[in-house]
Amino acid sequence: MKTLYTEASSNVRKTWALMTGVFVLIIALGWIFSQVYDSPGILVFAVALSIVLNVTSYWYSDKIVLATTGAKQIQKSDNPELWRIVENLSIASGLPMPKLFIVPTGAPNAFATGRDKEHASVAVTAGLLQIMDKDELEGVLAHELSHVGNKDMLVSTVVVVLVGTISLLADFFLRMSFWGGGRRNDREGNGNLMFFLGIVGAILAPIAATLIQLAISRKRESLADASGALLTRYPEGLASALEKIEQNPSPTAGASSATAHLYFTNPFKADAGNEKKTPFFVKLFMTHPPIEERIKKLRAMSL
Amino acid sequence: MTPSTIIAIVVALVVLWLIFAFNGLVRKKNRVQEAWSDIEVQLKRRYDLIPNLVETVKGYATHERTVLEDVTNARVAAMGAVDPKAKLQANDQLSNTLKSLFAVAENYPNLKANENFAKLQDELTDTEDKIQAARRFYNANVRDFNTSIQVFPTNLIAGTFHFTKQELFDVDNPAEREPVKVQF
Repeated sequence: MKTLYTEASSNVRKTWALMTGVFVLIIALGWIFSQVYDSPGILVFAVALSIVLNVTSYWYSDKIVLATTGAKQIQKSDNPELWRIVENLSIASGLPMPKLFIVPTGAPNAFATGRDKEHASVAVTAGLLQIMDKDELEGVLAHELSHVGNKDMLVSTVVVVLVGTISLLADFFLRMSFWGGGRRNDREGNGNLMFFLGIVGAILAPIAATLIQLAISRKRESLADASGALLTRYPEGLASALEKIEQNPSPTAGASSATAHLYFTNPFKADAGNEKKTPFFVKLFMTHPPIEERIKKLRAMSL
Repeated sequence: MTPSTIIAIVVALVVLWLIFAFNGLVRKKNRVQEAWSDIEVQLKRRYDLIPNLVETVKGYATHERTVLEDVTNARVAAMGAVDPKAKLQANDQLSNTLKSLFAVAENYPNLKANENFAKLQDELTDTEDKIQAARRFYNANVRDFNTSIQVFPTNLIAGTFHFTKQELFDVDNPAEREPVKVQF
């Protein structure tokens, strides 16, 4: 029997499997490069740079995102109904009450951000409040609070750091090869083979890493769907909210590809299309699982 | 490596595991207790709101003495209950009396127009929702704790140090009931 619990734990397992995949990629790449250049310093430098850059953006994630989307913070008196839904869901999930924001745009969407549960912010668009009824709103907000509870901001930051490290490594390698760093080993056939492997790795690894990053993003979305449904005990609320969003044609203004993974559904609508079944190759490059797939999973959940 | 080193390592690992597993159980048990106090906070809020409500209704619905008395008595009973199970049962009873009070209030247009009454009704409905939410969180923690003390090998520690199964408090409404069957 497929229950919400097995759904949640299998998602957690898959996320860790994917992250292990990224680690293996880094180690493999680092090993090949150090074989070619004999200098582990590259690896250390790339990791340090990547960590500093990304931890900074993680620490200020809420401020950056909220500023770029133009979200306005609200108090209880501004929208008591919305406030209460969030308050009750926070109690049910054991989280502190997050800061609440409304994004003044007509497209229905929502996102959660902040470095940890004490600094969490949840934002919904004015369009979402307009078209959703209470159950649907509850489903969407439970999904967002699950992102907070599942520490998805941390997970995605770790992933971005890892993927960034890979890209930096690959970049270094390619530049150094152009400036003739690999000459030392030219006499030996073995050196040439390693050099060739290095080039191939430097080109393929960043692509592979990005694909893994997107796969993790999709996993976290499924996980938030599952734990959100566990919170409300009513998967149909989120399912019908997703259906409404799919039928709504307007893309979310103020979203950029940098913030796309934060949203509740893909803000660009690139995935909607006319086809019922999303092709595998298209799916590889999506930040969210296809909506019809999410709805199907939610409706199949047995409580 | 000599056999004695190997034995020392194995013993050290077992002791480490014991410490971590034991601390984990303590942490989970405390989480259950904390979740219970969250429920009590909400219950307390409801106890505080009810006298105001009774006073307000008294002014309008003078004929509904029994309904009001039921609410007052249920409140006293709930506040007096000691063990968790009795407390929640008494509170379910209190919820039912409140429900009938609000149903009766439908017959008094002046009462319904009273701003204070509307506010209290709103607050009480909200508190009711919050009690349900707190109970859900409590149940989630109990489920987590109970699973930990039942699975192997943590159950060995749980048995030795007398960690006992905590009680789940099912939500009254069947639609909101926790799926306790899914424990493994």
